[in-house]
Amino acid sequence: MLCVTFIDARARTQPPIGLLMPLSATNPHRLPSTVARDDEHLLVAAAKRGDTHAFEELVNRYEAKIFRLTMNITRNREDAEDAMQDAFLKAYAHLKDFQEDSRFYTWLVRIAANEALMRLRKRRPNQFSLDEPVEGEEDLMPREIEDWGPSPEQRFAQTEMHEILSEVIDKLEPDFRVVFVLRDIEELSTEETAKALGISVPAVKSRLLRARLKLRQRLDRYFRRGVTH
Amino acid sequence: MNCKSVIREISDYIDGDLDLSMRQELERHLEHCEDCKMVVDQTRLTVDVFCDSKPVELPADVKSRLHGALRRKLHEKSV
Repeated sequence: MLCVTFIDARARTQPPIGLLMPLSATNPHRLPSTVARDDEHLLVAAAKRGDTHAFEELVNRYEAKIFRLTMNITRNREDAEDAMQDAFLKAYAHLKDFQEDSRFYTWLVRIAANEALMRLRKRRPNQFSLDEPVEGEEDLMPREIEDWGPSPEQRFAQTEMHEILSEVIDKLEPDFRVVFVLRDIEELSTEETAKALGISVPAVKSRLLRARLKLRQRLDRYFRRGVTH
Repeated sequence: MNCKSVIREISDYIDGDLDLSMRQELERHLEHCEDCKMVVDQTRLTVDVFCDSKPVELPADVKSRLHGALRRKLHEKSV
C-alpha cells in the first residue's frame, strides 16, 4: 500500500500524470522515446571531464523517470528511493566506462533496473525469478471480451487514471512486470530489455505477451463500456 | 489462422514485428472475428495508456536526499 501513499501524497501537490495521447492505431511502430535531448551527449562529455554541474543537470533531467522506474519494479517506496540513489551514484562512479554506444539514459535505466531488481529479489526471494520458463499457453486466451466504449483518456481524470494504472501494475507478477516496465514504459527495445535483465529475446517476448494480456484483462473492469467510477 | 494463433502473435503484431504474410493472415482473421479485433485494440490501448503516462515530479523529500547524497559523493571525489 506504499504506492497508494505515494500517489496520494503526489495528488495533493500536483497533477500525477500528463495528458494521455490518442491511440496510434494506424501506426504500430512507436516513435523512439523523446527523452534524449540533443545536448545529452554534450552533458555526458562534460561530466566525463569532471564537470559536476553537467552531471547534476543529467540527474535533474532523469530523476523523476528513474524514480518511476524503480517504483514500478520494486513497488516499495523505500527500496525505490535507495535503488534510484545508488543508480545515480554508480553512474557517476562508472561514467568513464560508459562507451556511448547507446543513449546515456538507456545505460542509466540498465543500472537502475539492476539496483531495483536486487532489492526486489532480497524482499521476495521465493517469488521472483527470471530464470524459470513461463507457463503454457492455456492461460493466454482472454476470459472476458467486452466493448470498452469511449477512450479512457476522455472518461477518467488524470489522478483517477494514475490510480488505476498503479493498481493494475501492482498486481502483476514481478517477472512479467519488470519486462513490461522496461519494454513498454521505458521504451527499451526487446534486445536492450533482454540485455538489461540477462535473459533471452524469446524470454522477453514471452513475458511481454503475458504481461500485456494480463494488464488488458485487469483494465477491463475499469474501461468496459458502461462502467462508471 | 484461428483465435488462439492471433492471441499468440498479438504482441508482435502490435509492435509491427510480424512478417508480411503472417500479418496479412492475422488481419484477414480480424476482418471477421469481432472478439479478436477487440482484444487486439484493447491490448494496444493498454500499452498506450501506460506508455503515455508521464512520470510525476520527484517528491521534495526524496529529491533533497538524492541531491544531498550526490553532493557528498561529488565533494568526496573532488577532495
